[in-house]
Amino acid sequence: MNLTVLRTFALAAALAAPALHAAPLAVDVARSEVSFVSTQMGVPVPGKFRKFTVVLDFDAKKPEAAKASLEIDIGSIDAGSPDADGEVIRKPWLNAAQFPKATFTATAVKALSGNRFEATGPLTIKGRTKTVSAPFTLKTQGAAQTFEGAIQINRSDFGIGDGPWNDPETVAFEVQIRFRIVAQAPAAK
Amino acid sequence: MKRYTHIAILLHWLIALAIFANLALGLYMADLAISPTKLRLYSYHKWAGLSIFTFVILRIVWRFTHRPPALPRHMPSWEKWGATISHATLYGLTLAVPVTGWLFSSAKGFKTVWFGVLPVPDLIAKDLALADILKTWHEGLNYFMVVLVVLHVAAALKHHLRDRDDVLTRMAPWIRHP
Repeated sequence: MNLTVLRTFALAAALAAPALHAAPLAVDVARSEVSFVSTQMGVPVPGKFRKFTVVLDFDAKKPEAAKASLEIDIGSIDAGSPDADGEVIRKPWLNAAQFPKATFTATAVKALSGNRFEATGPLTIKGRTKTVSAPFTLKTQGAAQTFEGAIQINRSDFGIGDGPWNDPETVAFEVQIRFRIVAQAPAAK
Repeated sequence: MKRYTHIAILLHWLIALAIFANLALGLYMADLAISPTKLRLYSYHKWAGLSIFTFVILRIVWRFTHRPPALPRHMPSWEKWGATISHATLYGLTLAVPVTGWLFSSAKGFKTVWFGVLPVPDLIAKDLALADILKTWHEGLNYFMVVLVVLHVAAALKHHLRDRDDVLTRMAPWIRHP
């Protein structure tokens, strides 16, 4: 057996391994949404990300065992208009060329009350990391589970909007990132 | 001397000045590269536009409840008709220009919040293709208004300097009667 075959086996084993003891939910990307609301001159302006990936392993009976991560493709931003899209990926804002991804990993999930939970973990945008909390609700309809919540951030913590934009009067520092993730348990084998 | 009421005179000149200031601001801001200043100016332009719209409504209510002085007897009927039609069109434009701006803003997906405090309802949903059409209308109606205002001023001067009647002084009583 030569080295290449050995390597292939090792890789296949490594890839298969997590699937054996974890069963992440199947995320319905088309029905899921990651959006945000900024405030410009007192006016709420909605936007969203067209491309993102979610890995979600959640059981409402054992929320503390949950694993979740979200990876956002910064270049897929829809900031409300083509002009705004072109602007917000530039260096002073999100610097998509240097930091193409933003990530959030839930390192702790706790039950709040009823169908309300809270995920806490590091959020990384523009290469800067901050621990944030994401309260969310879980709604179950048939096999579909909908996780809906929001993360409140201060854009200046992440250096989003440097230079002349570092002024909360035109674009407020508070930005709300909203998510709605629709997923269902993977089909039984 | 016959003249318009003080309120009518005040509203006429206030609205005229505000429209010219806001038109200049609109032309200036549209070509700016995106910056905090541009965002500010757009908001000021919208706030001013809404304020003008409000004063125009007041003015039209006042106009319907306070009959203006009659036009001079020497005017041939085609001139009287011309004056009536151009005045009515100017009133219409002072309403249509802010309304198209408001709709344009909504179609762009930017809600208008008057002075950053009072949200104005969006009459139409976000639609960028429609926004382009509304932009053309907002601009086109402005240019039409400028043409009519030039005619309006020319007519007022013609009445004052050539006909030597009171058509200008009844709206500008501080000007000496010829």
